[in-house]
Amino acid sequence: MTIDELTRNRSAWLRADMPMSEIVISSRIRLARNVAGFPFLAKADTVQRREIYRLLRDSIDRANVAEDLTFIDLENVEEVDRQVLVERHLISKQHAESDGSRAVAFSPEETVSLMINEEDHLRMQVLRSGLQMDECWNVISRIDNSIEEFIDFAFHTRFGYLTACPTNVGTGIRVSAMLHLPALKLTGEMDRAFRAAKDMHLAIRGLHGEGTEASGDIYQISNQTTLGKSEEEIISEFKHLIIPKLVEYEKRARQALISERSVALDDKIWRAYGILVHARAISTEEALHLISHVRMGVSLGRVDSIKLETLNDLFLMIQPAHLQKIARKRLSGEERSIARADLIRKRLNGASSN
Amino acid sequence: MMCQRCKKRDATVHLTEIIHGEKAEKHLCEQCAAEENITVKQPQLNELLANFVKSQAAAGEVANITCQACGMTFAEFRSGGLLGCPYDYDAFEKALTPLIKRAHEEGSQHVGKVPQRAGIAQERQHELMRARRELAAAVDREDYELAAKLRDQIKNLEKA
Repeated sequence: MTIDELTRNRSAWLRADMPMSEIVISSRIRLARNVAGFPFLAKADTVQRREIYRLLRDSIDRANVAEDLTFIDLENVEEVDRQVLVERHLISKQHAESDGSRAVAFSPEETVSLMINEEDHLRMQVLRSGLQMDECWNVISRIDNSIEEFIDFAFHTRFGYLTACPTNVGTGIRVSAMLHLPALKLTGEMDRAFRAAKDMHLAIRGLHGEGTEASGDIYQISNQTTLGKSEEEIISEFKHLIIPKLVEYEKRARQALISERSVALDDKIWRAYGILVHARAISTEEALHLISHVRMGVSLGRVDSIKLETLNDLFLMIQPAHLQKIARKRLSGEERSIARADLIRKRLNGASSN
Repeated sequence: MMCQRCKKRDATVHLTEIIHGEKAEKHLCEQCAAEENITVKQPQLNELLANFVKSQAAAGEVANITCQACGMTFAEFRSGGLLGCPYDYDAFEKALTPLIKRAHEEGSQHVGKVPQRAGIAQERQHELMRARRELAAAVDREDYELAAKLRDQIKNLEKA
């Protein structure tokens, strides 16, 4: 699959077809691994970096990780293409912007992505729609095992899998969920949820991970502890404790809005809808904000002509690199605003059939 | 280091206070620190590193510890936040362990998944790394005789 084709693809993890999908957009598990016998990237020269790349690529090929993996050498693609991959959550911002030989391999449904030479030699991730932590874990653990048949990963009996940053050492696991929490934001209770999350040793980040803003009321919540707990323990806490708790907070806030500020709530939702289907130019920030309100309206059954999946997809499609890929040319900020408004109108007006 | 207050748990909170012009050091475990209302927020790695190094009487010594496999110093790690090679975990063990414990809710022993194959012995991993580093240096110096020797050595290590 080429990057152009990607922008016409619909990532399977945006399907919104699972229980709790109205709040839990997606689940993700990532594992960090390093090839034994090589320094981490901070101390690897260009020759070693290329060698690590070659060894991993070879192992991934031989391991037959997934059908039809697309391999993209990031050193040799344009910036806008790397940006598309970031917007689709297939690579990290850091991976897009760093230097030297590095690559990504992903599956056609975009649910598996393997980053070579990111912060660690290999970072593997599996994405699923809704709350599907066990499914993510089963797939990623199998991938880990199959690659490991062909290559040795740096491992320590006391510290477990060794990673470039000691905050990832041990299991090397990062379990995260992407949550849509508009009602907590509207009722001003986000701070309380944040504090609860911090008490549980969790990190909360924005739409695109580390150091990004929580645009469109989308938050990524993930574990920080990776040593001293097994993968199953960490996953189970997420599945049974953390996510259900946050979902419950959000649901309660939504119910409070319905029972106490029902007119104001509908006003917000329908104004957002009105702007989205009529605007002729719109910024990313405003669009995300309004899509978020409409999305809440859809999941509360107050707007029934649009599917959640359409809105999930819009969260990706309206971003700068995607718009430029669709237009097949570089667009200025102003041109992007116009293209964005056009795309949203087209998608939402034909929404019921989409 | 033991917690000064309960004298049971490891001290992980290290503070320097100036009281009446006198410098006083406090070393507490997280629980005692919380009871003394010294809030322990979720530690950021850089912050952790800075505090830890400040708390070391012999900060200079810690900073100068050098990994024999990759050449990284602890000071270098401290400023960049990333380690240089797997062997650093052993080379910096004393300095790293308290940091690791704080970053992982006191966890200091891996209990999760282990590689299915035994994997190559740690020692051989380090030897490989050292040989690869020496090879790069030999090639730089255009010492092709040594380079050829090192290449053979690497091949053998990979095969073994």
